Amino acid sequence: MMNAQFSKVDKRDAKLSMAYISVAFIALAVGGLMGLLQTLVRSGKLELPGGINYYEILTAHGVLLGLGLTTYFILGFQFAAVSRTSGTLSSKARLSGWIGFIVMVIGTIFATWMILTNKATVLYTFYAPLQAHFLFYLGLTLLIVGSWIACGAMIATYIRWRKQNPGKPSPLLSFMVVVNSLLWIVCTLGVAGEVLFQLLPWSLGLVDTVNVLVSRTLFWYFGHPLVYFWLLPAYMAWYVIIPKIIGGKIFSDSLARLVFILFLLFSIPVGFHHQLTEPGIDASWKFVQVVLTFMVIIPSLMTAFSMFATFEMFGRAKGATGLFGWLKKLPWKDARFVVPFIGMVAFVPAGAGGIINASNQMDQVVHNTIWVTGHFHLTVATTVVLTFFGISYWLIPHLTGRVFTKAMNRLAIIQAVCWTIGMAFMSGSMHLEGLLGAPRRTAFTTYGNAQQALDWIPYQVAQAIGGSILFLGIVLIIVIVLNLAFFAPKGEQDFPVGEVAESAEKTPMVLENWKIWLTILAALILIAYTVPFMDMIQNAPPGSKGFKLW
Amino acid sequence: MHLHRYEKWWLTFGISALIIFLSIVGIQAFHQGHKPPSAKAFVDPERVNESEPFTKPGLHKVQGKEWDYELVIVAAAFSFTPGEIEIPKGAKVKIIATTKDVVHGFEIAGTNVNMMLEPGYISEYVTTFSKTGEFLIICNEYCGTGHHMMSARIKVVEK
Repeated sequence: MMNAQFSKVDKRDAKLSMAYISVAFIALAVGGLMGLLQTLVRSGKLELPGGINYYEILTAHGVLLGLGLTTYFILGFQFAAVSRTSGTLSSKARLSGWIGFIVMVIGTIFATWMILTNKATVLYTFYAPLQAHFLFYLGLTLLIVGSWIACGAMIATYIRWRKQNPGKPSPLLSFMVVVNSLLWIVCTLGVAGEVLFQLLPWSLGLVDTVNVLVSRTLFWYFGHPLVYFWLLPAYMAWYVIIPKIIGGKIFSDSLARLVFILFLLFSIPVGFHHQLTEPGIDASWKFVQVVLTFMVIIPSLMTAFSMFATFEMFGRAKGATGLFGWLKKLPWKDARFVVPFIGMVAFVPAGAGGIINASNQMDQVVHNTIWVTGHFHLTVATTVVLTFFGISYWLIPHLTGRVFTKAMNRLAIIQAVCWTIGMAFMSGSMHLEGLLGAPRRTAFTTYGNAQQALDWIPYQVAQAIGGSILFLGIVLIIVIVLNLAFFAPKGEQDFPVGEVAESAEKTPMVLENWKIWLTILAALILIAYTVPFMDMIQNAPPGSKGFKLW
Repeated sequence: MHLHRYEKWWLTFGISALIIFLSIVGIQAFHQGHKPPSAKAFVDPERVNESEPFTKPGLHKVQGKEWDYELVIVAAAFSFTPGEIEIPKGAKVKIIATTKDVVHGFEIAGTNVNMMLEPGYISEYVTTFSKTGEFLIICNEYCGTGHHMMSARIKVVEK
């Protein structure tokens, strides 16, 4: 699979990729600062100056990190991955990549501008009938449309490779990029539908009312697959990049592809598990989607197996003995391995928490409590983000023609330790506080000195301590990224792409038969959504006019 | 597709655990009636005050139903009506709630009562209050700048 002529990403593609990655880290810096402020406010120790509203910075934090950091980083990484494994982009594909980038940046500027001027304090999930300025919705539309253009360019590059290499399985990394891009395009149709057909006409005054349940359903049709769109690039790094970094082989090419296909199929028809406590949706339809949600446990278990199989095979090849002797042979001093590894470990409790959230009745204990916030700070803000940092440590110098020095490697490990400690404090106390019933998305309050609320405050102080340590982690990562982009010594940094173990079986071509998978996907979505969705429209209460309660 | 022997064991274990878990959740939901609140009842959000049963918010004793009391709650930014509720210990209560404006949350902190209130919809949940004490009702879904002020109190008292 390694092809010498493609081993370095083309300079022009590198520029494109770096453009996306740069915006991601700007979003991290600004959004991270907002996060710090939130934990401080909620500890009761800080009041925001100048009448700034807590929910305004909460909106900024959610949008900049949940959509900004993730989407820009993922698209940047995916462009580099496609260019590296399927060959330099055609000039048309590269141009599309730039057009997508510019459309996204314009959208991001609109949305951020509206948030910072307090015209869109509707949080990350929009919350109709709270009504933001139409430029906020328009900005988010542009962000999504731009990302579609970018994904189209990646898929076109994959199609070109398939045409040039008939009958051969595509490069694994390109295949994964295509799965994730398809997942993104299919799931964003929901939020695009919500914004285009409901929120934009309504915020412009073209229609008077909005059907709230439909808007929430369209949002969550997108809102849960979104988390797999964040997770799959981390899986790409775990399956393809990490084996190469440690000096081992990919356990099985076909297993990796099957995992990605299963994620594509079972990530989308699951949004109701975010709406378990809502009226207007039949309990049996909620249960159908709970079952479909749980299907993603299967590819997750396969991934866990595959990762540790890779590690063990490598360790034993190096002469490790005993049940866990191979652990010692792993490169514990290499940040490119250690940082994503911490992310993998964090995914164990994170995944277990996710099972609780998605469970039919258990959700009621934790729904909208700060437990949920703790959960996604383990999944996205630890597992995914640490893996993205680990990717940055070789990708950015590779793209800028520099090297990841020993000093930066040491700083990167300190950064990850800092992140781990900060997150243990913050996410740990969020989980515990949530079990006691404390709500999420809420400013500091004692509810008139109610005893229950007073008991929550020590956990909020622990969150502020964790948040402060995490902010230090953000400062460190920004220092490292700036170093890798502008100041590190010039040189060659490898873009590691793993090879498949000799013992692995040949990849069945059916895994790349998109007609089959996309048909099954469409069928699953129709089964999971058609009846309850028609019900929501046919048996709808009067719609809601807009409110601006901030 | 070829799978490694250990992987087959691992997947068999995982998928069996999944089936057992989902069966338990399913039996609890559909056989024992522990479904999440999923009422399908409607109200005009602009005329909540004129619509039954929201004309009279509060706790009402009822006869001939599977529950002893109905607790009617109206939420609006940024308060619940009524704001103070006293419930006798051991009472089986059907909570009937809605919102007059935006989406709110209805959570009785420290219990499993937790549901969303959405304009146009009535949310219902039946529960038994078996512990005495004072419980906070809080809005746990962002509804505007006063969101963190929005609360009510339930006192569960010995009969």
